[in-house]
Amino acid sequence: MAGLVQNYTVDASDFSSAGEASGNVKKTLKKLGFAPDLIRRVSIAMYEAEINMVIHANGGTITVTISTEEISAVFADVGPGIPDVDQAMQEGWSTATEEVRGLGFGAGMGLPNIKKYADVLDIDTTVGVGTTVSMKFFVKQGGARL
Amino acid sequence: MTVHEIARLPQLETVQLEEDRTADRVFCCDMLSIAMARAPEDSIWVTVMGNKNVIAVASLTDVACIVIAEGYDFDQDAVDAAKGKVTLLKSSQPVFETASLIHEKLR
Repeated sequence: MAGLVQNYTVDASDFSSAGEASGNVKKTLKKLGFAPDLIRRVSIAMYEAEINMVIHANGGTITVTISTEEISAVFADVGPGIPDVDQAMQEGWSTATEEVRGLGFGAGMGLPNIKKYADVLDIDTTVGVGTTVSMKFFVKQGGARL
Repeated sequence: MTVHEIARLPQLETVQLEEDRTADRVFCCDMLSIAMARAPEDSIWVTVMGNKNVIAVASLTDVACIVIAEGYDFDQDAVDAAKGKVTLLKSSQPVFETASLIHEKLR
């Protein structure tokens, strides 16, 4: 799939910069003329994954590919991994610290939100090795002018 | 109703005014994860959270304006981050009273 590729690095425990990648992708998608609903879905899902990287995984890398057919975002980290993905997918389940909750996060909505907004979600995780979260959003016809 | 019209309510104080836009409902939430999932586009978000992440969430969900209630203040880096993105207002009243006031005005 040919398309525009963007790469980002997410800093470990830098809450104040979380959202930069999703914000930049949102701007790019707006400029390219994608539908507002699609832009909102991509922005929200990406931000959740970005925050998860900061909270749980000591940061990582993001690769975003934008084409006329689909938008994909791959979040790769070398964090602790997710021991029980089914549990992590449950709304309200969170292992966030009190400090993180004090900032307004840790409601256990991250992965469920990503699942809700992405058309395809794939989580490849190994405890002690890391996690790769891949998401795809399909572009309906007439949704872009790439 | 527009954000600038809401900003003129005597009970509210303007922190930073950005480009005017329409607003059609009020949303109250302090958990950013929930706001990320549920904040309606074009809403006025009343919260007691004033950190920079609030701005990121508002911007990504296309919230029209953020009102910080209970007399709390936005962090300076939040105010800086909101420049060119979203209007910031503040209220000395509790969240419910602030939201009710805005809700009445929007009706």
